[in-house]
Amino acid sequence: MAKPVLLEMRDVRIEGRSGDDAWLPIINGVDLTLHRGEVLGLIGESGAGKSTLGLAAMGFVRDGCRIAGGAITFDGIDLVRASEATRRGLRGKRIAYVAQSAAASFNPAHRLMEQYVEAPVVHGVMRRAQAEHDAVELYRRMQLPNPGEIGFRYPHQVSGGQLQRAMTAMAMACRPDLIVFDEPTTALDVTTQIEVLAAIRDIVAQFDTAAIYITHDLAVVAQMADRIKVLLRGDEVEEADTRMMLAHPKQDYTRTLWAVRSLERPERPPVEGTPVLSVAGVSASYGSVEVLSDVRFDIPPSRTVAVVGESGSGKSTVARVITGLLPPTAGEVRLEGQALPPDYRRRSRDELRRVQMIYQMADTALNPKLPLREQIGRPAQMYLGLRGRALRERVRELLRMIEMEPDVYIDRLPGELSGGQKQRVGIARALAAEPTVVICDEVTSALDQIVQEGILKLLDRLQGELGLAYMFITHDLATVRAIADEVVVMRQGRVVERGPKRQVFAPPHHPYTELLLSSVPEMDPDWLTGVLARRVTAPG
Amino acid sequence: MVRVVDTPPAPTPAPGTPKGRPGIAHVWIMVGQRLALGLLTLFVVSLLIFGATELLPGDFAEAVLGQAATPETVAAIRRELGLDQPAPVRYFDWLGGVLQGDFGRSLASGNRPVADMIGNRLGNTLFLAGYAAAMAVPLALILGILAALWRNSVFDRASNSAALGAISFPEFFVAYILIFLLAQSGYFPSMARVPAGADLGERLYRAFLPALTLTLVVTAHMMRMTRAAIINLLASPYIEMARLKGMSPMRVILRHALPNAIAPIANVVAINMAYLITGVVVVEVVFVYPGLGQLMVDSVARRDIPVVQAVALIFAAAYVLLNLAADVISTLSNPRLLYPR
Amino acid sequence: MDAFGPLGWLLLIAGFVAGAAAAGWLFRAGLVLVTRGELRRSLRGAPLTASFGMLVILIYLFVAVFAPLLAPYGERAVVGAQFLPWSEAHWLGTDNLGRDMASRMIYGARNTVGIALATTLLAFLLGTALGLLAAILGGWIDQGMSRIVDVFMAIPSLIFALLLLTIFGTSIVTLILVIAVIDATRVYRIARSVAQGIVVMDFIEAARLRGEGMVRLVFREILPNAMAPLVAEFGLRFCFVFLAISALSFLGLGIQPPTADWGSMVRENATLITFGDITPLLPAGAIALLTVAINFVVDWQLYRASGLKD
Repeated sequence: MAKPVLLEMRDVRIEGRSGDDAWLPIINGVDLTLHRGEVLGLIGESGAGKSTLGLAAMGFVRDGCRIAGGAITFDGIDLVRASEATRRGLRGKRIAYVAQSAAASFNPAHRLMEQYVEAPVVHGVMRRAQAEHDAVELYRRMQLPNPGEIGFRYPHQVSGGQLQRAMTAMAMACRPDLIVFDEPTTALDVTTQIEVLAAIRDIVAQFDTAAIYITHDLAVVAQMADRIKVLLRGDEVEEADTRMMLAHPKQDYTRTLWAVRSLERPERPPVEGTPVLSVAGVSASYGSVEVLSDVRFDIPPSRTVAVVGESGSGKSTVARVITGLLPPTAGEVRLEGQALPPDYRRRSRDELRRVQMIYQMADTALNPKLPLREQIGRPAQMYLGLRGRALRERVRELLRMIEMEPDVYIDRLPGELSGGQKQRVGIARALAAEPTVVICDEVTSALDQIVQEGILKLLDRLQGELGLAYMFITHDLATVRAIADEVVVMRQGRVVERGPKRQVFAPPHHPYTELLLSSVPEMDPDWLTGVLARRVTAPG
Repeated sequence: MVRVVDTPPAPTPAPGTPKGRPGIAHVWIMVGQRLALGLLTLFVVSLLIFGATELLPGDFAEAVLGQAATPETVAAIRRELGLDQPAPVRYFDWLGGVLQGDFGRSLASGNRPVADMIGNRLGNTLFLAGYAAAMAVPLALILGILAALWRNSVFDRASNSAALGAISFPEFFVAYILIFLLAQSGYFPSMARVPAGADLGERLYRAFLPALTLTLVVTAHMMRMTRAAIINLLASPYIEMARLKGMSPMRVILRHALPNAIAPIANVVAINMAYLITGVVVVEVVFVYPGLGQLMVDSVARRDIPVVQAVALIFAAAYVLLNLAADVISTLSNPRLLYPR
Repeated sequence: MDAFGPLGWLLLIAGFVAGAAAAGWLFRAGLVLVTRGELRRSLRGAPLTASFGMLVILIYLFVAVFAPLLAPYGERAVVGAQFLPWSEAHWLGTDNLGRDMASRMIYGARNTVGIALATTLLAFLLGTALGLLAAILGGWIDQGMSRIVDVFMAIPSLIFALLLLTIFGTSIVTLILVIAVIDATRVYRIARSVAQGIVVMDFIEAARLRGEGMVRLVFREILPNAMAPLVAEFGLRFCFVFLAISALSFLGLGIQPPTADWGSMVRENATLITFGDITPLLPAGAIALLTVAINFVVDWQLYRASGLKD
């Protein structure tokens, strides 16, 4: 690398204050070198310390944290020892930041342009009129619609993907040497993500800006970064050139990071007989807004149907209709051939028992004040009339099924469990009712990759043992590949395409399925370039 | 940290629609709606205050006469007060009078018009409340903002404990301590009677102790709530963003936090000004200050219902208006309401 | 006492704060010795203000329960001349009718605290029951009740209490009922918003889909999770009720003579203050001390609840 070093971190240690005033390590001695114009990807799961390290590159720590040791040198300036005024003079001018949620990081009280010009004017880089003119130019380069006019809007008047691009433009305002991107596309849908990724990559290349790109998604970082550094609980696992890392990861941990993507269960032959659950021509609305229209699909016994779509596609609303929380305006839901009453309050106990649900947020899906014995035991007690010893034995059996040691966990409260364990308890609670259909609503999307894989394997195994049918709601196509037999693609309240997995995933596609499939980042570093080139040559 | 929640996305605006320009008309419609709601609340409150007297066991007239009630005198009084009319008729008579400044006649003070009894006293009470507010609001806001800025510092902890203490003190305790400390030694008068025709300086001097009592009690509340409102805001990602853009702490507070804090602070001030109303009653009694609160306490003791109704209505109206003002300010300071998508 | 000077006052206050801190420290050490497990761990982390607060609350409860045993004279007995100074026979002198001040202070703990507690309990039963109901049922029942409460809350509580007391007269029963109803509207607001925060959680949806009845929903699913904020609110609400009743008594419109009550005692003996005697400040101070103590404990509980969340 011929280019000069821009940022250098040596043995950086950062600590955070815990509840009882003790200092706990967040980053335990990490080295980092970044050259001018280079993009470094920081990757790791939640709690890896990647955001903390990214902010430290700006000489910044969050409230309640401190830099406990090490050196951070930016272009010859010691950021640890420099005065706060010096650091302030660099931030926004020579080192800029793009946050995860642009919607929350833009000040709701000021227009976009007001916020754009603030850094250049306050840092004395250019005058207001010039900054405004410049902003329009950058908005255009970021491919924002109406670049001349969008700056006069307030943040709440602009969509999430556009805000994220506006924030990148704002970071560029003073033409900084370094930009820290902190998960800039995590909150976006895949089809929006691809546009933002392309815009960010182009503008960083055009101005030859160095960047630290923080994400938990290896496929995303593969598109953006020249080099990748993997973090685990505040320690560096390994660092390598992007292509090198993808082709030959050295550490076991790095290999497990994309293990879930290699999990792909072969499609099983279709089964004969009545479907366990039929959604028959269902329409539904919130007030006067129609959110589902004529949705129909079947769930065959002992098979998994994945319902895929982006936010607002109505995929979770389908679950609300099936469970009876939202009675449909037309159509009906049939359970093993029998029409279910539309409102759950009209359903019999047995009908309620046979359809169970597992939630996305295990945190809020379990009552924090009930021990696992009661969380899991309650459905068995209610539906199957188990009492005393029999109930206790059943709870222990269920705990063993989800691979949690009964003696250790039976009296624990949900607060004493990890995220993955909570989700397992959610599964056990559903199983306790001995259901025929289980609705899994984004059950893995709040979890880290490795934990996701464990949950998917568990669900797969239980299906084999108990003959359960799953309806799997997800936005993540990798999860669909891993677990589904059949796929239902939804968009704006309608079913766009449905069929066996192989058929849906193989051409010819419906145009929306095509867009969705092609927008999911792949590990190949050339993927983004390739997709964009194909989309230009084949418009539509 | 990575969570995907299935919420509908912000609808992308169709290109070319003029959205940056604010439509001013709908703002005034919104403010008008708030005003109408306030008026409606006042109407219901008047209904409640009037209706409460209908709950009187027995009869208004019997209550007036007490032991001296004979069937004849009761009937006479009933006729005189119009009590033989049905309740809705009497309510609208009363309300019609109130709207023209006629609150009826006192039962206990020789048939004096209630409006006469209230007249001067209303001015005195407003003077005292305004005096206290003028000291308390700036003091509380400054202390609250400083405590938020230096949170968890010695200053923050000390002011927090002191405020907690002051909130816990009954108003009359604070009042008597001040009398003991400041009036005993003759610095300030403990009796706040204001001679007729006194100039402003004299009035300020004489009303200092009651005003200071109210200030101490209200400041503690207001300061704690201001601090909480600001701290709530300082945790927002856009505040961190402003700091990461290299803005100075002062600019972060003034330019980024304060415009968003107008609504919560307006609410805090309104709640505490309303609290002043309650405090005024006790403080006026302690300092023998000729205001509405003292009149109300005397009238409650004498069961002079028309006077109690009138004063309660005035206090309730002040309370409703304060909340209304805070509501309108919140609306006008919120771009989400001013400039809808 | 008038030759005290500002320095003397400062020393007195400093001495009081130091004494309170020491008492709090000793009390906490004692508590840690006699408790075990989870309780012990949380007590060990209690700030001095909170342990001082707990000590004060315990002392008040003790005095209230054992008042007849502790008081040297009867509650209403006239035992000497009016306004006697402090002496060995009458520790705090006598009041405006010649009753023993110290005995009345002790009985006052029982009367004032007891009435405030009964009122708060009543307000809580009413307010929480309706608030939870509104949150669970939602729809027009919720809307209807909330609008009614809005109107009640549009009148400042003391003013509303004065209005109602004018109408119903000032007996202890009407006092309790009037204050309880007014404060129940405030409790309703809190209980409803706390419950609303819980009702939207997935575990409540899961319980509903399981077919659980109302009783189980309220007592097993919602209440255990609403306990922390409701207990804190109970403490704060008690303070408000206690101060409101004291203020009314002070105005002569609350607890009526000859019942010993701190608010009325201040009013009856207020003239002494202008003569530089602090005795009338003692009942007022007793009121202040208890509310401070409760606020300290509640503040600690709220801090703990917010700290445990993240």
